[in-house]
Amino acid sequence: MKESNERSGLGFTIFVHVVLIFLAFLCLFFFYILLINSTRNHAMIQKGFSFIPGKSFMINLKNVLADANIPVVSGIKNSLIVSGCSAALATYFSAMTAYGIYAYDFKMKKPAFIFIMLILSMPTQVSALGFVQLVTKMNMINTLWPLFLPSIAAPAVFYFMYSYMQSSLPLELVEAARMDGCGEFRTFNRIVLPIMKPAMAVQAIFSFVTSWNTYFIPALVISQNKKKTLPILIASLRSADFLKFDMGKVYMLITIAIVPIIIVYLILSRYIVDGVTLGGVKE
Amino acid sequence: MEGTGKKNNVSYARWGYIFIFPFFAAFLIFQLIPLVSTIYYSFFEYYRSGLKVIGPNPVGLANYKAIFESDFLKYMGNTIILWLLGFVPQIFFSLLLAAWFTDLRLRIHGKQFFKVVIYMPNLIMASAFAMLFFALFSDNGPVNSFLISAGILDHPFRFLSTVWGARGLVALMNFLMWFGNTTILLMAAVMGINPALFEAAELDGCSHLQIFFKITLPMIRPILIYVLITSMLGGLQMFDVPQILTNGKGSPDRTVTTIIMYLNNHLYSKNYGMAGAVSVVLFIICAVLCIGVYFSMNGDDSLVRSRRKKRGGA
Repeated sequence: MKESNERSGLGFTIFVHVVLIFLAFLCLFFFYILLINSTRNHAMIQKGFSFIPGKSFMINLKNVLADANIPVVSGIKNSLIVSGCSAALATYFSAMTAYGIYAYDFKMKKPAFIFIMLILSMPTQVSALGFVQLVTKMNMINTLWPLFLPSIAAPAVFYFMYSYMQSSLPLELVEAARMDGCGEFRTFNRIVLPIMKPAMAVQAIFSFVTSWNTYFIPALVISQNKKKTLPILIASLRSADFLKFDMGKVYMLITIAIVPIIIVYLILSRYIVDGVTLGGVKE
Repeated sequence: MEGTGKKNNVSYARWGYIFIFPFFAAFLIFQLIPLVSTIYYSFFEYYRSGLKVIGPNPVGLANYKAIFESDFLKYMGNTIILWLLGFVPQIFFSLLLAAWFTDLRLRIHGKQFFKVVIYMPNLIMASAFAMLFFALFSDNGPVNSFLISAGILDHPFRFLSTVWGARGLVALMNFLMWFGNTTILLMAAVMGINPALFEAAELDGCSHLQIFFKITLPMIRPILIYVLITSMLGGLQMFDVPQILTNGKGSPDRTVTTIIMYLNNHLYSKNYGMAGAVSVVLFIICAVLCIGVYFSMNGDDSLVRSRRKKRGGA
């Protein structure tokens, strides 16, 4: 082992680290400028680039929150509602669907599974036209409902839950619960869900983030200012006359959209990075 | 299920249907019915002209003919170019990093740090990221002012006014957003390879390169196919980044307009017939790719368990 370590060579090891540092730099650099510029006022930003933070963070924040044309506070609230509900619906109902297919024997079991696997990667954009028409007919234009209700059917989350059950949910446990006279829903809620906690947590985070970042469908459904989510506000900032804008405010709004996610990510990074492939762990 | 008697199976079967009902109900309402009506509208003349709504009048395949006579193919080409520009470096660096991260002979310091950092852009709001790039790379933005003060340029480079500048920025963003995700997927695949294979190769005196090309690559082929197809699906959905970066105009001269941006334009101008036809073409392509995903996942059961998000980006 030691010999082979030497075989890698010092030069090669240094080369590897240089490449890694370069890529990490690329990933961090733009966010660093973002953070720096969010602390500088418009005049300072226009003067040129600097590595040193300014003192205008709170002023920029106050300016953004006070701007009547970009309703940031309601934007944050709407984004939180939509993402929170999406995460809850996607994880709960995906676990439920996965459990139905995993734990019960019924005629449509296999076809149902194959069907979900076939639509696993189908983009929602292909049915956007019909979706917007449907939402219009249901009188749900400019409401938040159509942004999270479809999360009940989340094939990717389903697949993750299903794989996790295969590796971590022994059916004997379900049998034992039945013997004890536990009803089917009770078994699912009280026994299966607690076992699924790690998978639910990971998928809740991913669903939350995906929904927090979604722009295409919400932009088609929402046009009323106070119902807009953060991505739509950012887009409206872009379509406004950019040069008239206080750049401190622009950077601050981007910070508000991005940084909370980064902070949560850094706190939970270990689980999230492992979670990308967690469903695949098979003992 | 082996433990359950046949009688039990029968009496519990209805619970299976009850548990999967919400999923299929939501799918029916929010995806299948919209899809059917999208296909339906694609055969109608149905648009808004000023305040007047024209149609719906059945026109057969006229909408399909119209989109292929419009710039649809140009936008398809744009989408493919933008996807390739991001995907090629993405797969290159992901393979490289996955090989390095899993190489036991290589001592990488701060491996966890690098993994956390390279995955981070994947969670960033694409529209905010694009807005950030727009601000940073604008003609008098920080990047230009930095390049000028460092003496690299003597006048600002107008990234967003040149075809390859704008395309390059979109590709760079897509690359940054997805190479970490792909690296982690490929790492999991490499770690799934039987270590005895690597040990045997080492005993036989194989070099890094030989091991990579003769063992690693062939063994992770199924997941590579999966990555390729899901990335194509992601590429087809590319929207947020070019839309926000170019304010929906695809400038310069619509060379950055993607298929979904084209669809979005029709949806906004309420030309439902044309939007329907674009959607159906897109649906057919995606259906083929979805079947590919299905088989790539069944090809090797031990592999792809990961979740690759279904949103824009290559």
